[in-house]
Order: sequence, then structure tokens, then C-alpha cells
Amino acid sequence: MSNTRRDFIKITSLSAAGLVFGGHYVHSAMQSKRLALGGDAGPSRTPTYCEVCFWQCAGWVYKNEDGKIQKITGNNDDQNCNGRLCPRGTGGVGMYYDEDRLKTPLMRVKGADGKQTFKEVSWDEAFDFIAEKMQKIKEEHGAECTALFTHGSGGKYWGDMLKAFGSNNIAAPSYSQCRGPREVAFIATYGEGLNSPEPLDIRDTRCLVLIGSHLGENMHNGQVQEMSDAIDNGASIITVDPRYSTAASKSKFWLPIKPATDIALLLSWIREIINNDWYDKAYVEKYTYGFDELKNYVQPFTPEWAYGITTLKPHHIRESAREMANAAPSVIVHPGRHVTWYGDDTQRLRAVAILNALLGSWGRRGGYYIPDKLSLPDYPHPEFPQPKRTWRDVTNGKYKLADLALASGVCDATIPSPDMDCNIKGWIVNGTNLIMTLPDQQKTIDAINNLELLVVVDTMPMEITGYADVVLPECTYLERWDDLRVAPGRNPSIALRMPAAEPKYNSKPAYWMAKEVAKRLGLGEYFAWETFEEKLDWQLKQVGSSLEEMKRIGVKNLPREYGNLFYAENEEVDFYTNTGKIELYSTALEAEGFDPFPVYTPHMEPPEGYYHLNYGRAPMHTFSRTANNPNLTDLMDENAVWVNPKVAKEWGLQNGQPVYLQNQDGVVSEFPVKVRVTERIRFDSVYIVHGFGHADKKLSRAYGKGASDSQLITRVLMDPIMGGTGMRGNFVTFLFEKESEVQS
Amino acid sequence: MRYAMAIDTKKCVGCSDCVVACQTENNVPIGYCRDWVVEITDGTYPQLEIEIRSERCNHCENSPCVRCCPTGASHYEDGGIVTVTHNKCIGCGACIVSCPYDARYSHPEGYVDKCTFCLHRIKKGQQPACVEVCPTKCMYFGDLDDPNSDVSKMLKKRKYKTLIPEAGTKPHVYYLI
Ligand code: SF4
Ligand code: SF4
Ligand code: SF4
Repeated sequence: MSNTRRDFIKITSLSAAGLVFGGHYVHSAMQSKRLALGGDAGPSRTPTYCEVCFWQCAGWVYKNEDGKIQKITGNNDDQNCNGRLCPRGTGGVGMYYDEDRLKTPLMRVKGADGKQTFKEVSWDEAFDFIAEKMQKIKEEHGAECTALFTHGSGGKYWGDMLKAFGSNNIAAPSYSQCRGPREVAFIATYGEGLNSPEPLDIRDTRCLVLIGSHLGENMHNGQVQEMSDAIDNGASIITVDPRYSTAASKSKFWLPIKPATDIALLLSWIREIINNDWYDKAYVEKYTYGFDELKNYVQPFTPEWAYGITTLKPHHIRESAREMANAAPSVIVHPGRHVTWYGDDTQRLRAVAILNALLGSWGRRGGYYIPDKLSLPDYPHPEFPQPKRTWRDVTNGKYKLADLALASGVCDATIPSPDMDCNIKGWIVNGTNLIMTLPDQQKTIDAINNLELLVVVDTMPMEITGYADVVLPECTYLERWDDLRVAPGRNPSIALRMPAAEPKYNSKPAYWMAKEVAKRLGLGEYFAWETFEEKLDWQLKQVGSSLEEMKRIGVKNLPREYGNLFYAENEEVDFYTNTGKIELYSTALEAEGFDPFPVYTPHMEPPEGYYHLNYGRAPMHTFSRTANNPNLTDLMDENAVWVNPKVAKEWGLQNGQPVYLQNQDGVVSEFPVKVRVTERIRFDSVYIVHGFGHADKKLSRAYGKGASDSQLITRVLMDPIMGGTGMRGNFVTFLFEKESEVQS
Repeated sequence: MRYAMAIDTKKCVGCSDCVVACQTENNVPIGYCRDWVVEITDGTYPQLEIEIRSERCNHCENSPCVRCCPTGASHYEDGGIVTVTHNKCIGCGACIVSCPYDARYSHPEGYVDKCTFCLHRIKKGQQPACVEVCPTKCMYFGDLDDPNSDVSKMLKKRKYKTLIPEAGTKPHVYYLI
């Protein structure tokens, strides 16, 4: 393998070249500060939908008198944002003005000194190289030995290119590293997953239960807005979290649970609701399967039993169960989003799904609504060929219940092993920094070392770009057309993204790149449109709109086609499960050899002097993607490690003191992180915001700021049901200085 | 007419959207701000409380900054809005020192800058940028003399406080508690 071993190259080497060959790049930072005073944005505005996170809020981009992008505001007609973007969306301008952006295509070459380095190349050179390598992989190993990892809009075009090429290994880390277990649990229970945005009627709920979900710090825009509406309407909030989150501070009940014991609490809640006859009898009888078995099953799980495990007082467990029951069916036990915690996540989410069913909240006002989504025809193209092996074969047929390809599985399938008959040889990585996103960084790097081709498409140099053979600079969402947004919601809707400005530097849209590569592979017929506008207009005309109309309004809401938002009284419903009912008892899990009811299993506890490593989000950042955004780093440019005052005293830690974190496997954080001594965290845990501690110097604002939780997540707890990668089984301790020998 | 703002601490989540929106609306340079978020934690685990507040110039009725400005650059606009005329400001910084709320900053171009209640937007019948963007809709703006304005209605309905009342500045930013 040594011939394909690649070094991590810092794109820093380019900046010197950038100065020589493209001095005009340098002044962009200044320009961003030279916007005309007065703040009157003038009449020109273009529609977009936000790409700073997956919520995809629709908005308007305004320019100042000099024709420069000044600000982005929400589109009032959009159901995802109701005219209000979140801080990241408002700060989206920073993505455009960020002077550290990728500027021109790059290729890995050996320098005269034998060292690997990037050189600037033309788009033609980059595409020719990619096409040639892909052909070679196809001839030698088969087309299905290529894979795409993606996050964001560009994934559709690269995905189509790959499907046309003969591979369906298309994986989004947002599945096996994030919401996958939730989808599988809800499919097992209700016959359908939740998707994005989740169909939660938070604004009309009377009781919102958040389990480890920190809405408010987690800026899922529509949900944060509706949580605020619910507070206005006097709804009660119950928060389960070892940390006093912002949401906890708005809650009637905060249950400061011992980490990793959530299933015990859920089982106890289920028992309380059944044994006190607080469940929705008519609903349970009409719609569910397996109630009597469930009732039997949960009998041992008394609040006193749960107390011994969760450290939550029995009367708090009872009172909070009562609170939910009083509000039912207008109650939401929130399914969460990043749910890959301890490897039994599908089961935990099953318990959440069951609890909702007992309370009768699925399909009810103030609970889960029935979403509707427009089906938009694709621009005509030939049928995609049947891949010789699918992602299921490639990932060795494991995890049958997974409904999407597993990013971690595809990564594993890249590392040769005796039980694998097909190894993946080529990756396209679109808009996702796999080094930070996938757990176990060393494994990701090992996989990369076995590749024959790694193409990275991004707007910013991220850690992953340093491993690429070819780097393709994408222009930001403010500079490009993209596919129409067809999000599910209370009503079907479409939103348009169009360029507000010409792409800066030599960056290009992903649809153009994918088409160019496809053409070189003889697959041009899959991208038969001349211009992207032509494609969009064709699609819009199929659904009674037009590009011309959408340019004017940005968002179009359509009438529902899929019946009512909620079930009518006594409505007959056929659920897409084996029994046609909501399965409290899961026949699908049983058939695959898994427990039909959620089981509480004790998890590992931190060794002496170590603490649970909890991580989460800050409202002004999206994962590691925004860590260099000038507007957003202005709000928060590093994370801190939250430490309980008792722990701080024991260790002699002061507020603001820099420490290194070392995990149970001896991995030490690359950079020190400042201590934040706060009562808001349990004594057995520490907390850091995810997405900091960037190691790439080219990210001038993010480099070396804080600690990276990803780096410290080396123990991965696999979910046996669907292959989710549980990341909360890691423990850390404090180091005052970094000794080189500790670092291994 | 007396413009005022009421901010609901029970709904604010401290997201700082108000800060970014102000920055892009008013061309506040990176590294500076006209509004900011304060978070105060009280109690010991697990008996805790947090108050989160979005703060800015209080547009005080009795403002030390206007009083101490040697050039008259700091002045009242209609509706009691305190603003700085940039080209009259000599950047001496007397007002920065006099403000008990630390609401003013020295702009790199040599004048003092601060929240204007988005006067340019109010004139067009719009809401201030921070009020309009807030995802939790926790900010209310309007005329205290108009009993039907959002701000008057909220102050009637809810308990509220102002910041550092003992300074005697008579702030026009109220916090609903
Ligand atoms: S929630 Fe925020 S970052 Fe995400 S799409 Fe909406 S505005 Fe953009
Ligand atoms: S935008 Fe609203 S919720 Fe966010 S910090 Fe400002 S006032 Fe609070
Ligand atoms: S009112 Fe306008 S100037 Fe004042 S803080 Fe809000 S956005 Fe900034």
C-alpha cells in the first residue's frame, strides 16, 4: 500500500503561491468591512435558501449600493423559518467573504524535494485526472468500488454522476453518525421515519419533553421558534440532561440524569403511564400492537428501580410522567437528532417512540403531525444502471435494518480485510469534513491511505482537504444555482436558490463539476440540460410554477395533497409495519434477532479521575463548518471545557485556565482548551461544544482554538441494529502540560 | 413619542442572532458590536437558574453620554433615540466612559458608534433588525406613549426591570422577568 500512502498536506503551501499568482485574492477581507454605511440595502434582493445547516431556511440576499452582498434575511412565507434566520444563517455572509476559502483547483504532486505538495491546476486538468482515475478503478476493481460521502446540496449531482457510473455507495455522515437510529426506531414502530425537518407540532403542544436535546443551543430554527411559541402558550417543558442547558433553564422539570441511563428513565415512565392508567386507551387499542406484552414487560421498572440507576428522585419521575399524561395527546417526547450515543440508541429511540404512542401523540395536534411533501420530477435522464454490488453488499450485508448507506461502513469497506471481497478505491467527499465527522480519526486516515483516488469538494480548506488527491473549490451557496428545496412540512413547499453574486476566485458550482466529470466518463446524457436555469424551469413548470415566478417569490407553499395534518377521531389508519399497527412490540426487530422491547443495559463508568465526555452545539456554529466564518467567530471563536466547581476544586482548576484533555485511550487533545468552571454541569461529566480545535493552519481564525471532541472520541459503541456509531462512551481527564511521550 | 424596547428573558435563548443581524444591517466592523448577550447563572447544581439578556444602548431618558459630549455629536433624535452624528464626533471617548452600560465603542474610523434603535429602519416603518430577526420573538419595540404598541402591551402584562436603575438614567430598554 505504500505507493498510495499519502501525507497530510497543509494548503498553507498554496497561500505563498496564491500571493504570487493571484495577488487579487488578498483584499477580500478588507472589502467585507467596506460596505456602504447607512444600512439601506436598496431594492435588489435575490432568493436563496440557507446552506449553513440542513434546515435550509429560505431567505433573501440583499446588496448594498456598491453591488456587494450585505445581508441575508428570512423569507416571511417560508415555513422553515417564518422570516427569521438563525444566527448562522444571518452570518452566512461570512462564508462568502471568508478570505481563507478554497480558491482554485489543486492537485497533489511530488515536489522536487520528493515531498508531496499541492499545485494549482486548471479545471480541465483536474477533471481529466479524476475521470482517468475513475476509469482505472472501474476496469481494475469495478465501478462499485467508488463512493460518495456528502453533506449539503452538491451531493445530488455527485450522487447522480456516481449512479450513472455504476455505484450507489452514497453515504451521508448525518445518518450513521447522527439521526440513523432514530429513523430505524420510528420505522420499526410507526412504519415511517421522521426525516428533516421533523414533523413536530411544537407550537401547539402543551408539554415538550427533551431528552439530551438542547434546543436553543441547537438552533434548529423552526423548532426553536416553536418552542418559544409554546412557552408563550404556557406549555411545560421537561428536560433530561446531565447539563443545565438553556432549554433546562426554561423547563418546569429539569431531570439531571446520570449520563448513559436514559433508557431506565424511559422504561420507568412507560410503566408509570401504563400502571396509573394514564395512557390513551382508545388510541392504544385501536392503533397499537403488543400492549399487554409491554405492560408485563415493564412491571419491574419502578421509579425506585430507576432511581438507583439514573439518580433521579422517584417522585420527580412520577410527577414528570403525570405532567406528560395531563397534556396528552398534545405532548411531544422529542426524538432528538444527534442520537448516536451509547450503541443502544435504536432501542432508546424505540422507547421514545413507544412513549409517544401510549400518550397518543402521533398524528395529533400538539404532537406529531402528518407531513406532506411535493414530488418533483427529475429532469429527464436515462435509467441509472443497476450497480453490480450495492452499498449493502459492499458493507458486507451487515445492519439489515439500516435504511441508508452507513458512512462508517463505507469507510470500513475501504480498509482491506479478509472477509471483504470488494474494497472501495475511490472517494468523492462533498462538503463534509470526514476527519472531524467520523469517529475514530485514525481509522479514517487508515482508510484514506488505501485509496487510489480522493476528491474533496468544499468551499473551505478543512482537515480532509489535506488528504485529497484533487481539491475542487466550490462556490458558496450565495454564488450558485442549486436544486430546488422540496422539504416536507405542514404544507408541501418549494424554495429557490439563485446566485446573488458571481463566484469569487476560481470557484464553481458542484452541478457544473459533476456534469464535467460525467461528460469525460461518457455519461453526459445523465446531465442533458444546457444550463441549470433550463433544468429548474423545466422542473418548476411540471408543478405549475416557473423560474420566473420563483425568482420573484423565493418560496411557494402548495395545498396539501396527503389528507389532513392530524388523524380524525377514530380514523382508520394503516401503518406501514408488519402488523399494520403501531408496533409497541416490534416484529421487525424480533425477526432480525433483536429485542422486541427496549432493554436497559448498564454502560461503562468513567475510571477514577476521568469524566464523561459530553459534547453538544452552540447556537452560532454548525459542526466544524462555521468555525472560520468571520461573523460567527466574532461571537465565539473557541470552545471551553465545562467543569463542575467541585471537580475544579479537586484539580485546582481556575476559570479560563488552559488544560489538555486526555481520553481513556491516551489520546491527548491537539490544543489546550480553557476551563469554564460552572454549576451547570454534573460532577461526573465535562462538556465541550463540538466543532473546534481545527488543526489546519489555513483556517486562520479557527486554527488551534479549543479542543476537538472528535479527536477524543476513539471508543465507538456500534449499534448492532443499524450500525450507528455511538460516541458518548469516552472519558477524559485533565493534563496541565502535554508530554510528548503521552502522545504516543 | 418615546421609543422603547422590551426583551423577554424567559424566551431568549442567547443565540446572538440579534448581534449578527445588527452587524450585517449596520456594517458594524468584525470585532465590534452594538448589542451583545449576557448570561447569568445563579445557584448550585442542581438548583439553578439562568437569566439571559440581549443588551444594547438603553436610550436613557436622562443620559450621561449626551450631557458630557463636548461637540453635540451625541444627541437625542425624535422619540428619545440617542444617536451620534459621525462627522461631528471627534472620538474623544468622554461618552464611552460616562455610559454605565458600556454600550458605546470606538469605531476604527475614528468616531464613536452605538445602537441607534435602527432609526433608519424605523423611519421606513420597519422594526429594528435585531427585533425582526430574533428566532424566539422575544423582543418587542414601539412607542411607550401608544398604549397599543407591542412594548406598552408587554409592559402592562408582565413584570419587568431595567438595568442599573440606581444610576438614575431612566433606561428605555426593559427586561421582562
Ligand atoms: S437553521 Fe440557521 S443555519 Fe440552518 S438553514 Fe436555517 S438559517 Fe440556515
Ligand atoms: S436573537 Fe433573540 S433569542 Fe437570540 S440572543 Fe438575541 S434576543 Fe436572545
Ligand atoms: S436596534 Fe438596531 S442598532 Fe440597536 S442593537 Fe438592534 S439592530 Fe443594532
